[in-house]
Amino acid sequence: MIFGIFGKKSLPLVVLFLVGLIFMPYVAPRFYIYLVSAMLVTGLLATSLNLVLGYGGMYQFHHAVFYGVGAYTTALMLTKTSLPTWVAFVSAPLVAAFFGLVIGLICARLSSLHFGMLQISLGSLLWVIVYRWYDFTGGDDGIHGISMPAVISGTTPAYYFILAITALCLLLMFIVIKSPFGRILQALRDNPERCAAIGVNVIRHRILALVVAALFAGVAGSLFVTLEGSVFPDLLFWTLSLEILIMCLLGGWFTFFGPMLGACLIISLRTFAGNYTEYLTLILGLMMMLTIFFLPKGVLGFVNDLFRTRFPGQSLEESSHAPDKISTKII
Amino acid sequence: MELFPSLSFSVLCIQILVGLSKATILFIVASGLTLILGVLRIPNLAHGSLYMIGAFTTYSIATAFSQSNLGFWVALLLAPLVVALIGLIMEQGLFRFLYKRDHLMMLLFTFSFTLVFADLVKLVWGSDYRSLAVPKIFQGSYLLLGMPFPRYNLFLLLLGPLFAAGLWYLTNRTLLGKISRAAAVDREMVGAVGVNVNLVYAAVFVLGCYLAGIGGALVAPTQNISQGMDHSIIIEIFLIVIIGGLGNVWGALLGAVIFGLTDAIGILVAPQFGIVFPYLAVITVLTFRPKGLLKSIW
Repeated sequence: MIFGIFGKKSLPLVVLFLVGLIFMPYVAPRFYIYLVSAMLVTGLLATSLNLVLGYGGMYQFHHAVFYGVGAYTTALMLTKTSLPTWVAFVSAPLVAAFFGLVIGLICARLSSLHFGMLQISLGSLLWVIVYRWYDFTGGDDGIHGISMPAVISGTTPAYYFILAITALCLLLMFIVIKSPFGRILQALRDNPERCAAIGVNVIRHRILALVVAALFAGVAGSLFVTLEGSVFPDLLFWTLSLEILIMCLLGGWFTFFGPMLGACLIISLRTFAGNYTEYLTLILGLMMMLTIFFLPKGVLGFVNDLFRTRFPGQSLEESSHAPDKISTKII
Repeated sequence: MELFPSLSFSVLCIQILVGLSKATILFIVASGLTLILGVLRIPNLAHGSLYMIGAFTTYSIATAFSQSNLGFWVALLLAPLVVALIGLIMEQGLFRFLYKRDHLMMLLFTFSFTLVFADLVKLVWGSDYRSLAVPKIFQGSYLLLGMPFPRYNLFLLLLGPLFAAGLWYLTNRTLLGKISRAAAVDREMVGAVGVNVNLVYAAVFVLGCYLAGIGGALVAPTQNISQGMDHSIIIEIFLIVIIGGLGNVWGALLGAVIFGLTDAIGILVAPQFGIVFPYLAVITVLTFRPKGLLKSIW
């Protein structure tokens, strides 16, 4: 079942890619190790968003909240308590999932655009609290210089830690998508009325999906702390949420690896174009417009379609479940 | 024992008036957004950017005409027109081709506009903040209940009902308003009876952008004109539109008043967490009335 992530044709390529990732620190300069770590963390975040966005069809407008909650939980546990380190890492996803549950309970009965906007207001509330509560969260300065245990401090150990956890989380998310629960989620995206008619509890499934997505976003948050050693309120700000939405769209939100690819593309654009121009967001914005006009299924969705027309009956990535026509009905 | 010793009656009254005058600007900007959202179904995140462009353009025009006393008024007339022109180009050049798309696509498309506009503003005006003096007639303040109340805020307070009435007249009594309300419900039917829907859509979009520009022009003398003012306003007006009911102009007014008042009173009650209160109000409203306070067009 695990091999089902990839079509048979692409399997050797993927194995090669994984081996490359494992041996990369031996050949690549430190900066690139850091860069790939950042891609993995952001990619994990975007993939967790896609769980509810692409597969669940929910308008998760403020996913970064759970990322920020995870990061702040780890950071606060490491700096304000003397609990063992693993507690900080285990509790981050749990706290994020708890926030997911609370926000889900409040939002889940609303229809799409209202759902997204209520989520933004709840998230903004949380952001304001983090931003202003100087005594506890450090306010707009954030918390810096969080020391990690020796096993995962330094660029290369942190890279291996992030790689392992990200791979594990991707695998788990894939299992979730292939499980009966994941199937129901996709059915809910395509036709909620029909699902309700055959006895699926729509709201409960949506809340559960949100909790699962929040859990993995929390993991990504604590990995961010491992990588950067600092947290700041921007992690919860709504522009970050829209940026990860853009990553999902750019990579292709009806594919499993699309968001990861989108994260890699945007982070490399940010890093390398940043050397040449001050007006980075201008380029990003224009690139987005072109994507929306010409590649509405994203890069990976486009490649997938191409592959399907070349080799009928096979697909590059078997997990892609793109409905032929994206629903235009909203309310 | 007094709960809030600093909270005297006159302070409270002044703070409410200040809140209401802020609500005027929020209402003008939010009504533009709600028109676009109601008729064209575009969740236009670029609305905040247009507001920011309006404020910056006002600054430039007002300083260009600073010799005469009328600088600000010329700017108030011209800057929204500039913004409306940008809106026309946006709608006719790009949005027109995307009406069949998903809302999420539209949202991300408008978000990419906010990214582009943010950098364009930086390109044109630089990254420093600007400030504009209040026009001569409205400098100084009146004494109300023994407390000073800025004249410019009084001007804003009077402007609010004027705009509300004007928008009510436009949407309920004019042909354009009636057609656009019909187009909001059923675009194809309106097209079938021989109305040029494209033109109506363009007109409503331009009107919405014009209102964003007016909001930006009016806010220019009251605060620093800076990068990032687009981010702060867009969330506020989106929440206002949502709690008021999508596409409902009166809802935008109600939402703006709730937002302005909770903000102003929140600062009195708890200075550090003042900005929490509007968000709390929004959450309370949406918990009990998920579709907004007034009837949504959707």
